[in-house]
Amino acid sequence: MIEARLYLLQRATAALLAPLVIVHLALIVYAVRGGLTAAEILARTQGSLGWAVFYGLFVLAVAVHAPIGLRAILREATNWSRTAANGAAVAFGLLLLGLGLRAVWAVVA
Amino acid sequence: MAARQHNLQVSIWRGGEDGGFVAYRVPQRDSQTVLDLVTWVQRHRQPDLAYRFACRVGVCGSCAMTVNGTPRWTCRTHVSKVAKRGHLTVAPLRNLPKIKDLVTDMTGFFEKWHAAGGRFAGSADRTAPMARISPQSPARRAVDAGIECINCAVCTAACDVVAWRPDYLGPAALNRAWTLANDERHGEGAELLRAVSRDGGCHSCHTQGSCAEHCPVGVNPTAAIAGLKRMTLTALVRGRAK
Repeated sequence: MIEARLYLLQRATAALLAPLVIVHLALIVYAVRGGLTAAEILARTQGSLGWAVFYGLFVLAVAVHAPIGLRAILREATNWSRTAANGAAVAFGLLLLGLGLRAVWAVVA
Repeated sequence: MAARQHNLQVSIWRGGEDGGFVAYRVPQRDSQTVLDLVTWVQRHRQPDLAYRFACRVGVCGSCAMTVNGTPRWTCRTHVSKVAKRGHLTVAPLRNLPKIKDLVTDMTGFFEKWHAAGGRFAGSADRTAPMARISPQSPARRAVDAGIECINCAVCTAACDVVAWRPDYLGPAALNRAWTLANDERHGEGAELLRAVSRDGGCHSCHTQGSCAEHCPVGVNPTAAIAGLKRMTLTALVRGRAK
């Protein structure tokens, strides 16, 4: 039932991402319209466990959600084998995870 | 009623995968169906034109073709409703290998029924009392909604996921599986859920609804597939699936 598990994981992460994305977008609008400088933003995020958890969760959910979708697209839009699509999806997921966690670390550490 | 003098310009697919359209002029009649057109061409212009039909009244599901780009049952499709300024194109169904002219190879289509666990396996022997199933029960209602499928493959031709992924089980096979999944007498429910959860199974459906939109008998395979997704996820969460 690997397909059912992936389906469930993608829906669960989508449900998680929906509120996270809304908060993230609202935050961008607030930061830009409020005219916050990078230093002011970092002053709020550095050492903040809350933002570390928020964006850590965000990155984890994205790193699970997006590769599952990419895998489906590869199977439908290319003639890649299942193994090749799985490999590409895992690699993409690890890339997202690495880049995302690095970015989170950079603003909260 | 006397025949009208109008002629229709009908382009019919001739040959296999490498074939092409050939145009015919066919006299227009009242209450004429697309199957009538094809039959007229075979009888009067092209004796070797290959096409399938049997009942001519929308029961057997053998005469489905692509009419003006849309999959339809041709015996119940009136020319007056689909002809565009007297023009009509008739081609074999999409997503199935072409054999000759309007005939497609249905082997893979029916093999998918088996791959989706579509064979009934009784859970009782013949000495057991007859199963008492309420027609009002939700499960039986779900069976009723899907069981009128006439196996015409219109849904399969209409499905984009089948076009993208030929290994996708497709709406017809999954609709059949859904009717069995809700049949209390079926003894291989767990095997069925595993079969529809394989790569290319029900979770590949995009819920676009093209199958339900085009089904000539009003079956809704999209809803059936959504039901299978729910059922497999419930089994997964409750630990009944492996």
